[in-house]
Amino acid sequence: MTVPASPAKVRGETILGVDELVKHFPITQGVLFKRQIDAVRAVDGVSFELRRGETLGVVGESGCGKSTLARLLMRLETPTSGRATLEGRDLFAASGGELRRLRRNMQMVMQDPYTSLNPRMTVGDIVGEPFAIHPDAAPKGSRRQRVRELLDVVGLNPEHVNRYPHQFSGGQRQRIGIARALALRPDVIVCDEPVSALDVSIQAQVINLLEQLQDEFGLSYIFIAHDLSVVRHICDRVAVMYLGRIVEIGTEEEIYQRATHPYTQALLSAVPVPDPEARDRRTVIRLTGDVPSPADPPSGCRFRTRCWKAEEVCAVQDPQTVPRAADPHPSACHFAEVRTDV
Amino acid sequence: MPTPVSPTPPDGHLLEVRDLHVEFRTGEGVARVINGVSYHLDAGETLAVLGESGSGKSVTAQAIMGILDTPPAHVRSGEIRYQGRDLLTLGEEERRRIRGAEIAMIFQDALSALNPVFPVGWQIGESLRQRAGLSRADARRRTVELMDLVRIPAAAKRLGDYPHQFSGGMRQRVMIAMALALDPKVLIADEPTTALDVTVQAQIMDLLADLRRDLGMALILITHDLGVVAGVADRIAVMYAGRIIEHADVRALYRAPAHPYTKGLLESIPRLDVRGQALSTIRGLPPNLMRIPPGCPFHPRCPYARQVCVDEVPHDLVLGDGRTSACHFAQEVHDDRAR
Repeated sequence: MTVPASPAKVRGETILGVDELVKHFPITQGVLFKRQIDAVRAVDGVSFELRRGETLGVVGESGCGKSTLARLLMRLETPTSGRATLEGRDLFAASGGELRRLRRNMQMVMQDPYTSLNPRMTVGDIVGEPFAIHPDAAPKGSRRQRVRELLDVVGLNPEHVNRYPHQFSGGQRQRIGIARALALRPDVIVCDEPVSALDVSIQAQVINLLEQLQDEFGLSYIFIAHDLSVVRHICDRVAVMYLGRIVEIGTEEEIYQRATHPYTQALLSAVPVPDPEARDRRTVIRLTGDVPSPADPPSGCRFRTRCWKAEEVCAVQDPQTVPRAADPHPSACHFAEVRTDV
Repeated sequence: MPTPVSPTPPDGHLLEVRDLHVEFRTGEGVARVINGVSYHLDAGETLAVLGESGSGKSVTAQAIMGILDTPPAHVRSGEIRYQGRDLLTLGEEERRRIRGAEIAMIFQDALSALNPVFPVGWQIGESLRQRAGLSRADARRRTVELMDLVRIPAAAKRLGDYPHQFSGGMRQRVMIAMALALDPKVLIADEPTTALDVTVQAQIMDLLADLRRDLGMALILITHDLGVVAGVADRIAVMYAGRIIEHADVRALYRAPAHPYTKGLLESIPRLDVRGQALSTIRGLPPNLMRIPPGCPFHPRCPYARQVCVDEVPHDLVLGDGRTSACHFAQEVHDDRAR
């Protein structure tokens, strides 16, 4: 493992800190005189830390707020409240030149390699565009060369620099997106479902590439995905989101072996295991119903409407994501306990 | 090359696809999408058809249903026999009588498969009124029964709701109810849970398995997800570049795949219950269907490839336990895993 060693970059120190992040999207009524009648609580009080060199997985079902979280961190959305610091500097207070410098340090890989690349730009222009915005990242004369190096790093043929996105397959396009994210040598890359649009055989290639790049450049990843098997493979720590909150967070082992939150347990038990022999051995926890609307989350614990353990206290008292007696990693359940049969 | 076909024996399969060839004739050339697919289905069983995008798994199903867009699609040769009758020789009138009533299909994206401007009750009841000739009141009663059957809560109250008022999982249930309206003997489910979250996916797969058992239907499950297949299927047919490259009992296939592509797929999925280090990958990309490689279509990506793979198209090799693999070295691949 080669971490490019400048003494300031210590592996394991906190690089990104997020504190009580909230994003509410207003629901308005009226055409001429708009007034807000309600809000969709997409992200509703999320806190976590990302350490240098690690991969933090964010999992959850559609509508749990994981993509909004990514967009907030990239400052593509303005938070309703909350704080985030990147290497100690306030992410949301920055503007102008300061914001540009911060953004250079944090890049994003999008889910859909078909729509996240401009079809009218060549691959060279796409991967080199960050240098146009940050001219100091690469001197003008050397940019062409840098782009070719980047294509080589992500396993594409540098000769293809003048081709257009449609001439590449889905997996290759995702590599282009990764090369673009690497261009400015960021410390943090936010990957929003980077492999879910890819076929299985291609997915493995991209996952291996992401891991290899992490070792090579000492990157920290926020890896957003709904596929729990992929997340387990690539992540050091995992945060499970439900209706805008992190309901459980811990190391890969704590989440996959000793989950204490019923939602995590249900989620894990529902993942199809590619082994027909396991068909009868596994207990699948069957959740009833659907995820409630984030515009109108249940009182108290948000999961209680689908939870088999729910009691009166769950409707009254909102459980905090704190360490529990059952296991020391934070879990937002009044009745947190480890299950052995999932 | 057309293979000689004998008349169906009296104990024939419920549904049988024989040596089907389909091509798409486009402005850029001819894409050979299906190149000699054969599979069969018996009453009450679940066959999984597994493949990645472009492998031809959905096109085969569309050919069975008779809903291919022709042109550009063109069925070059082959037979699709349902209860002994070749569907491809039937006129449109007769095919319509089979479509829906005998063989029904559900699709991946329920939101775009449902009509947004009609209430779901009306859509489920449509075939009951038009095809089964039920009166409006009877159709309505039967619609509520169907919605109960697919476990839509408060069915009678939701008859008048529109598709957008349902969640993804509930919409998929509506589509299943529509497919079941005429009591089909075969249900084709094309990626029924791909757009759904895992907890909802588990609910829908359970529902399909229960319905198949309770109604005695045969189910063709088209998917790319090896995990989903392992949970429900009896047999599995793996497709690559428009061919079935391996066909086996599900347990046998997962225990020891006999085709390098299947083996590569199984090894490349990150598993929840086994945390490995680097994932093994299948190198390269699936072929362009306008320029399928000569010999075995998988040879440019195959770790077992030798000269014979470039020169000769492998025929289905029957292995001991009644399974087939279209690989020159099937036995070797199979034994590799078992070792």
